[in-house]
Amino acid sequence: MAAKTKAGSPEPTRRDFLYIATGAMGAIGAGAVAWPLIRQMSPDASTLALASIEVDVSAIEPGQAITVKWRGKPIFIRNRTDKEVEEANSVELSDLKDPVARVADDEGIPATDLNRSAGEGKENWIVMIGSCTHLGCVPVGLAGDFNGWFCPCHGSHYDTAGRIRKGPAPLNLLIPPYEFVSDDTIKIG
Amino acid sequence: MKLQFPRIAGLALAALLTMGTGSAFAAGAEHYPIKEPKHVDWSFSGPMGTWDLGQLQRGYKVYAEVCAACHSIDLVAFRNLGELGFSEAQVKAIAAEFEVEDGPNSDGEMFDRTAVPADKIPGPYANSQEAAVANNGAVPPDFSLLAKARAPERGFPNFVFDIFTMYAENGPDYIYSLLTGYEEAPEGREIPEGTHYNPYFIAGPALAMASPLSDGIVSYDDGSPETLDQYSKDVSAFMMWAAEPSLDERKSLGFRVMIFLLIFSVLLYLTKKKVFQSLKK
Amino acid sequence: MSGGHSEYVPGNGFSKWLDSRLPLPRMVYDSFIAYPVPRNLNSWYTFGAILMVMLVVMILTGVTLAMHYAASTELAFQSVEHIERDVNYGWLIRGIHANGASMFFIAVYIHMFRGMYYGSYKEPREVLWILGVLIFLLMMATAFMGYVLPWGQMSFWGATVITGFFSAIPLIGEGIQQWLLGGFAVDNATLNRFFSLHYLLPFMIAGVVILHVWALHVTGQTNPTGVEVKNMRKETVPFTPFATIKDALAIVIFLLFFGWFVFYLPDFLGHPDNYIPADPLKTPAHIVPEWYFLPFYAILRAITFNIGIPFTDIVLIDSKLGGVIAMFASIAVMFFLPWLDTSKVRSGNYRPMFKICFILFAIACVALGYLGSRPAEGIYTILSQFFTAYYFAHFLIILPILGRIEKPDELPPSIADAVLDEPAKAGRGRASSPQPAE
Repeated sequence: MAAKTKAGSPEPTRRDFLYIATGAMGAIGAGAVAWPLIRQMSPDASTLALASIEVDVSAIEPGQAITVKWRGKPIFIRNRTDKEVEEANSVELSDLKDPVARVADDEGIPATDLNRSAGEGKENWIVMIGSCTHLGCVPVGLAGDFNGWFCPCHGSHYDTAGRIRKGPAPLNLLIPPYEFVSDDTIKIG
Repeated sequence: MKLQFPRIAGLALAALLTMGTGSAFAAGAEHYPIKEPKHVDWSFSGPMGTWDLGQLQRGYKVYAEVCAACHSIDLVAFRNLGELGFSEAQVKAIAAEFEVEDGPNSDGEMFDRTAVPADKIPGPYANSQEAAVANNGAVPPDFSLLAKARAPERGFPNFVFDIFTMYAENGPDYIYSLLTGYEEAPEGREIPEGTHYNPYFIAGPALAMASPLSDGIVSYDDGSPETLDQYSKDVSAFMMWAAEPSLDERKSLGFRVMIFLLIFSVLLYLTKKKVFQSLKK
Repeated sequence: MSGGHSEYVPGNGFSKWLDSRLPLPRMVYDSFIAYPVPRNLNSWYTFGAILMVMLVVMILTGVTLAMHYAASTELAFQSVEHIERDVNYGWLIRGIHANGASMFFIAVYIHMFRGMYYGSYKEPREVLWILGVLIFLLMMATAFMGYVLPWGQMSFWGATVITGFFSAIPLIGEGIQQWLLGGFAVDNATLNRFFSLHYLLPFMIAGVVILHVWALHVTGQTNPTGVEVKNMRKETVPFTPFATIKDALAIVIFLLFFGWFVFYLPDFLGHPDNYIPADPLKTPAHIVPEWYFLPFYAILRAITFNIGIPFTDIVLIDSKLGGVIAMFASIAVMFFLPWLDTSKVRSGNYRPMFKICFILFAIACVALGYLGSRPAEGIYTILSQFFTAYYFAHFLIILPILGRIEKPDELPPSIADAVLDEPAKAGRGRASSPQPAE
């Protein structure tokens, strides 16, 4: 919208400055208008407020699992049997396709079973985002070549610790930020 | 020649103004509210208005201890109370005093759990039918938007002046006036059984709600006077906040936008003058 | 000033390549850079550009609001409050959209009155004018359906009353109304189709706006003298920078006015009852449409009598149908304005009697607007009838007669004579103007 800065005026500098200032103001204004229109698409206050949930896990017996919804995605909470934990522990890290634990707040640590589980004393618990790291389908539990999870969309096999072992998925199933706030309750998020 | 059209537009406007005042006395039936709302000097009025957080917290206290017995505030969540200056822990503690229904659980049953900040503040009644039964058929209105939904008509010519004075506090003024406006019905005026005379009421001479506030019924810990007048102001301010929590953000952003536009228009004016100078030389 | 002639010269190889395949840059250049505008346009001529900006503002904010709005009777009211409270800048975007509707109408009314005063509808600009009236009609439909979406009390009862118009049509009215509503009353089906159409119509408006601008650029703009451009060099200036900078200034000043409402009086132009959720069992005490519909609403209510064959009891048109006919006629009559005004003189500046009639007409419109907001009783009804009669008389009686009996003032022979001090010195304006092209 700013006018041309063509010469032909006896005082070119003052005029040019005015034109540039006006043009700059217009550009700033356009940018400022764009910001709310872009920002409105980010998660809103009510969505962010729901970012953490508490789940009662007292009723989950070994060998059972529940799926809860957190941030619109399924969360697998599984109370694993000793056999499953053993199976997971027996795998060498060098055999893993993705040797990183993929824990929410500590991305770099190795994908040992202990690191992926709820930790010392709670090794039987595993909490994962139930969304295949390939393209986001929901894997099926107790299935696949490794008795863990199997994604029917494109055939990714995860083991009992949710680690990718075979198929197109690049990463282990992600672990959300969570903690046991009591022996019976997990707070996710 | 160039000024013809504006002059004509001005004439038309002037004619309208004359006509408006002329027909003001035309209406016959009694007009409600009987008295115009009193004007309160709110902290949030005017272009630089902001919330008085102390007042909003007091207002919430009045709401929670008195009004909440009958009136819901469905659109406000506990987390929103953080905007009143309550800390996260305080908000959690307030929420923890309430139970909300959740579920179904894995047995397919609904259950009650302690409220969390993300929950909306639960109302006193399960539904409007229950509310009606408990209150002789008159459902107590929800508070969430009442400060915007109850604004007596300003009438001509006031509404024209309001544009320039930025008067937009009709709602809280009305609520304040109503709360402090209960009085004996004047002699000779019949009011229906079970209603209470209030000349500030928007829809008639009397309303179903008895005067809900009186001196000393809510204790304040910040030293503010524990009077009907103060309670009414505080709860009205709180209701304005509930109706538009973004009001202060709106005014502060508005100020910056208006300053920007003003500077921009001056620059454009100068540029335009420069551009058109080339025509007149 | 016709569309055939183009001064566009492609600057580089790519422009040349594109110009012979899709001459879009040429079109933009011819329409918004080199396009000659009369040099004597006043500020009232900037409202076209303002309206263009308003259309863009409304579409942008509307599309973003639709990302958060839920068109369902259960959720609509809450979702609007969700936008106000939770969505990032939702309060701002909704404030702009809701007040923007009013601003759009303020601008369009000024634009229309400007056209009426300067005779912009007269030959050869009849099609331009008719397209404009069409845009106005589409705007009214869009605004009406948009007001229903928040699903407050006024939304609901406004929709009930307006769709009730159609039930006035004899025999088939009831059926048409039910077809429009998708039910026996305004309900979920109605809300959903209104949302769909409210989203669609602005794009149709944009389409007609393109035709409107096209028609404008074929005939060229009028100007306050009403005398056509005779000497392009002397009497016109290129659109850029002259009209662009002037329009930009007007737009920003208009935005200041707009911002005053958005930021300081966001609910001034709305009705408090629309902050009460729709309740099909309870009608508000006074149902009033948005202010921009008030004159038409007053015309609707002015017809309180049946029209029948005199001295018999036979009713030809009952008052309900009569009101609806009058209201639609008040807009329809505008389509015929180019032929109803018989004066050969275009600009109101040179028509002393028209000037008075124009003022009276403007007063009648504003008065109807005021009366539309009053209850339909007593003196208000009588005044409404009087001004309704005057409204139609202006179009159907005054304008046709005025052209025949009025003695216009002497017209300037050319724009140059009217605006340039020394008309003898030709070609001055254009010669010193900045070069339009790069």
